[in-house]
Amino acid sequence: MKPPPFEYVAAASLDGALEALAEPSLETRALAGGQSLVPMLNFRLAAPERLVDLNGIEELARVEETESGGLRLGAMVRHLRLERDPLIARRAPLLAEAAPFIAHPQIRSRGTVGGSVAHADPAAELPAVLLTLGARVRIARRSRGGESGSRVERTLDLEDFFLGPFFSALEPDELLTAIEVPPSAPGEGTAFDEVARRRGDYALAGVAARVRLDSRGVCDEAAISLVNGGATPCLMREAARTLVGAEPTPEAVGATAAACAETCEPAADMHANEAYRRHLVRTLTARVVSRAAGRART
Amino acid sequence: MRISARINGSAWSGDVEPRLLLSDFLRSEVGLTGTHVGCEHGVCGACTVQLDGEPVRACLMFAVQIEGHEVTTVEGLAAAAPGEAVSVERLHPVQRALHEAHGLQCGFCTPGILMTAEAFLRENPAPSREEIREAVSGHLCRCTGYHNIVEGVALAAERLAADGPGADRDGDR
Repeated sequence: MKPPPFEYVAAASLDGALEALAEPSLETRALAGGQSLVPMLNFRLAAPERLVDLNGIEELARVEETESGGLRLGAMVRHLRLERDPLIARRAPLLAEAAPFIAHPQIRSRGTVGGSVAHADPAAELPAVLLTLGARVRIARRSRGGESGSRVERTLDLEDFFLGPFFSALEPDELLTAIEVPPSAPGEGTAFDEVARRRGDYALAGVAARVRLDSRGVCDEAAISLVNGGATPCLMREAARTLVGAEPTPEAVGATAAACAETCEPAADMHANEAYRRHLVRTLTARVVSRAAGRART
Repeated sequence: MRISARINGSAWSGDVEPRLLLSDFLRSEVGLTGTHVGCEHGVCGACTVQLDGEPVRACLMFAVQIEGHEVTTVEGLAAAAPGEAVSVERLHPVQRALHEAHGLQCGFCTPGILMTAEAFLRENPAPSREEIREAVSGHLCRCTGYHNIVEGVALAAERLAADGPGADRDGDR
């Protein structure tokens, strides 16, 4: 129950962190909020030789408005900030709505958006919420031999980032530096809800939805993502498409919820069996999509 | 690794091993045994302390990470000089309220709950019972005395509101 020894590097800048991550002879992990990594260290499920602490890197803790009116969240923006920052509440209200569902206040004061996404936990709220918002991830690494410049950066659609449970597209020398959330379109509404046995527990199931209505009240775009609905945080493209072209009547929303429940792939464990999780997905999807549509109308 | 930080208002500096958890550091290096160690993986809340005024799990941080920061433990709540015995009168209003509302039985979880409650009431001075429940939901009490913990926090909120902002506490914050 104590972490194994490691070399500790307190990075003062992004370039410093990338350099510390680029050492090929050492198994190195980035330490963000530590709310998942430190338990893994304490249990000795992880034993990296070097930890690169990102907490001192000011440039990773910024929340910025992008030129297009979206948001750029630095990887080290903490969950608590999602709850409190007025700019985030205005530009991406779904983030502010979902943040209080993430664990407990004592975890949200440390946990970070970049850490949550990079951890790629299918049971986590933020990956699903960010998928619904169509977010992209910014990734950086130090140049490898032969490459020009000191830093190489790439941007990935979040959907392409999650490869499996706790498994992402990040290479060992790469760092997730920021998450870009596109601006919300006029006529758009979002909502989030989940069911957990106790407040702050991992959700048995959770649903995030985004619905856009045209001037006639017909849905022209919909996105639905599930928490604990499969092996990865998952965007339910097919199910969401069933709502497009329709008015979000209770019947139409019910059909979309049924499609979600049918096509999701929830795990069965001691907390809930598969049938119950599908039931929750159906109920939550109907609830959340209706709420999002209601917000889109106003 | 050498670190310098402020702990309960006093400067602390010294050498610590990087893998030393903040919870173990506070207890064994600084001698502040009021911070309790329960699950050591961020679930039980017993080790909750405040980092720059926000509640955090001390078992999910390394001592080296408090470099340049301020840590407050349960020992920092009452208005007493270091080492001085604390009388009931000098307890922090949240401590007194929990004491009077019988918000503790064995007391193991209490220091963590106090650190969460103090920060919570600063942020939300007039909470509903539901909000209080949510605020302390990150703490496990195996005596299962949750009802009186919630009552204690509510009583503390009333007292603090009656005393006015900042009265009788946190003179140094």
